[in-house]
Amino acid sequence: MKEAIMIFFTAILTGNFVLARFLGICPFLGVSKKINTAVGMSLAVIFVMAMATAATYPINVLLEAKNLAYLQTVVFILVIAALVQLVETALKRFLPALYRSLGIYLPLITTNCAVLGVVLLNVQESYGFGQSMMHSVGAGVGFLLAMVIFAGVRQRLENNDIPAFLQGLPSTLIAASLVSLSFLGFGGVIERMFA
Amino acid sequence: MSDKKEPLLQELTKGFLKENPVLRLVLGTCPTLAISTSVTAAVGMGISATIVLLFANVVISALRRVIPDKVRIPAYITIIAALVTVVQLLVQAFVPAIDKSLGIYLPLITVNCIILGRADGYANRHGVAASACDGVGMGAGFTAAIFCMAVLREVLGAGKFAGVTLFSASYAPLIFLLPPGGFFVYGILIACANKLARKKGRPVKEEMACEACGACPGCAIQSPEGGAAV
Repeated sequence: MKEAIMIFFTAILTGNFVLARFLGICPFLGVSKKINTAVGMSLAVIFVMAMATAATYPINVLLEAKNLAYLQTVVFILVIAALVQLVETALKRFLPALYRSLGIYLPLITTNCAVLGVVLLNVQESYGFGQSMMHSVGAGVGFLLAMVIFAGVRQRLENNDIPAFLQGLPSTLIAASLVSLSFLGFGGVIERMFA
Repeated sequence: MSDKKEPLLQELTKGFLKENPVLRLVLGTCPTLAISTSVTAAVGMGISATIVLLFANVVISALRRVIPDKVRIPAYITIIAALVTVVQLLVQAFVPAIDKSLGIYLPLITVNCIILGRADGYANRHGVAASACDGVGMGAGFTAAIFCMAVLREVLGAGKFAGVTLFSASYAPLIFLLPPGGFFVYGILIACANKLARKKGRPVKEEMACEACGACPGCAIQSPEGGAAV
């Protein structure tokens, strides 16, 4: 249990998917202009990450039992793509209100490297089912945290004079660098908490 | 879909500077940031991605009249994932050290936006030869950009070049090897690329939009004028 909680908090803070592992940079830079779209996207990511982990875990057990582990990448990406499609259709049919707020972000997520990344990391670290779920929900929450903080930073940036040389993407990336720097401050915190 | 004829040499060289995928089109940001801490790993990543790009472009271009339009994105992803698996097995067998330093970023080439972007934006409406040239050119541009990043980060952050010590690490600001240094160096490189582009009067990509994910055709976020509505 203690280990699972540690995995959860590490995925949010020191092992933050965006700021420390560089997974999911495209939505981080692309969909972080407004806080509400950032939150919508992140909630969809948390949802898909948890679903993808729950779906791929038993499949991976099967693949490894049949000595087909080399098919992991192909199988995982297809499962994620099918899952996203299924979730989208189900939401549209049964929860139209939720679909209107989250649904538009779903197609973006199939090719989001954070989702495939979390599934591959679960396999690489040989986490059990509970640990895998904690890891993927933690990764999603970490993504949400990074997105919300960064959306706030960007809204501030918009009201400032930026040198012409750095206008646009360079200033966004340098702001991301500073946010990432602040997350370095969490180094060692989690180990201390559970020591 | 009509096939456009363009000089092959131009297809080969445009990816290097004019349409550099990393610095001009801002695609493939994740591996660029993650793998650029060592020159050796960066070159390994560049070559692996180039091989996948070349074969993905060739296969998708050859199949462009066979794959139905509606399921083309899943079809492309499957083709790319299969190619990535082949490359991964080859790297594991022949250069295990590179496989170790690339870690999960090697299988993650599957979702590299450059590859899906070129498949959907180029290979599905150009001939096989042009697509092959485009793949090699884009791959070379990716490799060149990630190499530049890695040289800056490894030399500044560790005092080394491809593992060879240049000066004592105690003089090197470690921050360049850490994640913030990655974002910073990338920002500065894009600023330089933008400066050069403005000098030549070429358009500059001001903001990163969601189109990088390559799923635009099926995506509701898009506004009618083709840009992202977010």
